[in-house]
Amino acid sequence: MAVIQSPDSLTVMDGRRNTSFRRRLAARFDTLRGVLMLLPTLVILGVTVAVPFLLMSAMSLWEQVGFGYGDGWSLGNYAEIAGEPLYTTLLLRSLAMAMAATLMTVVLVYPMAYFLAFHVHRNKLVWLIIITLPFWTSYLLRVFAWRVVLGYEGVINSGLLELGLIDAPLDFLLYSRSAVIITLAHAWAAFALLPIYVSLEKIDKSLLEASADLGEGPVMRFFRVILPLSMPGVIAGTFLMFIPTVGDYVTPALVGGPDAQMIGNLIALQFGTVNNWPMGAALAITMILAITLVGLMFLALSRLLSRWAR
Amino acid sequence: MKPARRHEFHRPNRALQLYAVFFMVLLYGPILFIPLFSFSAGLYIRFPIESFTLDWYGRLIGERPVLRALENSLRVGVSVAVVSTCLGVFAAKALVRYRVPGKGPILGFILLPLVVPPIIFGVAMLLMVNALNIPLSLYTIAAGHIIICLPFSIAILMPRFEGYDAAMEEAAADLGENGWWVFWRVTVPIIMPGIVASLLLTFTVSFDEFVMAFFLGGTDLTLPLYIWGQLRIPRNFPVVLALGTLILLFSFALVFLGLRIGRRGAIKLVDRG
Repeated sequence: MAVIQSPDSLTVMDGRRNTSFRRRLAARFDTLRGVLMLLPTLVILGVTVAVPFLLMSAMSLWEQVGFGYGDGWSLGNYAEIAGEPLYTTLLLRSLAMAMAATLMTVVLVYPMAYFLAFHVHRNKLVWLIIITLPFWTSYLLRVFAWRVVLGYEGVINSGLLELGLIDAPLDFLLYSRSAVIITLAHAWAAFALLPIYVSLEKIDKSLLEASADLGEGPVMRFFRVILPLSMPGVIAGTFLMFIPTVGDYVTPALVGGPDAQMIGNLIALQFGTVNNWPMGAALAITMILAITLVGLMFLALSRLLSRWAR
Repeated sequence: MKPARRHEFHRPNRALQLYAVFFMVLLYGPILFIPLFSFSAGLYIRFPIESFTLDWYGRLIGERPVLRALENSLRVGVSVAVVSTCLGVFAAKALVRYRVPGKGPILGFILLPLVVPPIIFGVAMLLMVNALNIPLSLYTIAAGHIIICLPFSIAILMPRFEGYDAAMEEAAADLGENGWWVFWRVTVPIIMPGIVASLLLTFTVSFDEFVMAFFLGGTDLTLPLYIWGQLRIPRNFPVVLALGTLILLFSFALVFLGLRIGRRGAIKLVDRG
């Protein structure tokens, strides 16, 4: 920080040292006050997030023996996860389904974000509020709504029957992987939309005018100016949606059949009827590691692609 | 002055407008079937709707467990909103105003629950609560909800502190107010919209939250837990639809109000995310 030389500090050497000392003291005091104000939050999050997470990591190394836990530490749970096809299948399926839902959402949401950023000029805030409104409200009810829509006697089936377009209800609608993917896409869309919207909104409009003035058509302008500049938003949106959806368990439980269950359901089972908490902890840790791995791979891929595009 | 040359991207785009309508229908359509069928007299959720009724709503009023769950949800929601907003005010001020070491990582840690699947936090906290022999109750649910609500509260409040002039607090201090009074008479009134928005939004998030409540709840049910239990019994669907309609109406109103009052915070949230 630049030291501003005030007139009296030039004349009185002693006073100058004094002010710098006071400034340093004030800075210390400032830091202390800041830390004190943050302390309650950090203590609460430490007790409710950090400590439980460490405990979960430790417990994943225990082993369930009957109704108690075996002595000592072991990687047995992880070995079982790696060796048992049931676990690996569910894990890979969760990643694939979350990826499908994310991809679908990003594609569906991009034009809407574009519309908001470039074509809505009045009442932008109201538009944004209306679009984000559902995402603040009951997740459970929004998932249940899809059960109403997709059910065997639901909106689509009974509607189509009524119209005479089908003779018997379509039984693949509910309790399928596509039902889970559609519901996830609908339930988490705002997480993908908002970052994309923000990155589009930030684009300097004069760049668009410049590209038009230089003779670029609308299509080329989109691919050569808008899309590359909105890529950070697309990547952020992909992460914000992909990460939480991998671990979702309400949606597969409500609209997914036996072959659409995800890793979250398996984790919940370990803490419920199966009652193997160490295994549940190990599965949760494995899920986090898998998400991190896929995330890093995606990040590396997007870096590579952007370098290649340049 | 010559008017700026208009490019075609300033003109309305018919295809995009149509897409926007399609998007909004897709977004709200499925949700609107809940209120629609809550008025259907039939026991099954299906077309055609033969006659309309308010019976299911009447049924709801007499339902003791619903009222109990409502009371529980309100109690948890109000406490969670107050606690996370209080913590949020101080944390947001510290992060914006003071030279705190490790600001970035701290903010990242606080905002973590926005992204990490809630099942992780729910399961981890269940393990700890169990290890400490703490019985599962509305208190454990509330503790879980605070983790989820703190990021919202802080993200809504931080722009409020960025948006005003620290000189006002200094002026009050120079005029002889002590720190506590400066806080109550200058800081709080200025950030009031942020506080109200944070209270409304964190209340709604807690009121509607299911996953944490599922893992951390004991025998006392909140409304989402009650609904979860009813979903196994198709016979009760119409009553669930009526209850769901009321919850959605209530939540939408609160969130709309909160977002209107909190304005910039809600949008900035993602900017940071």
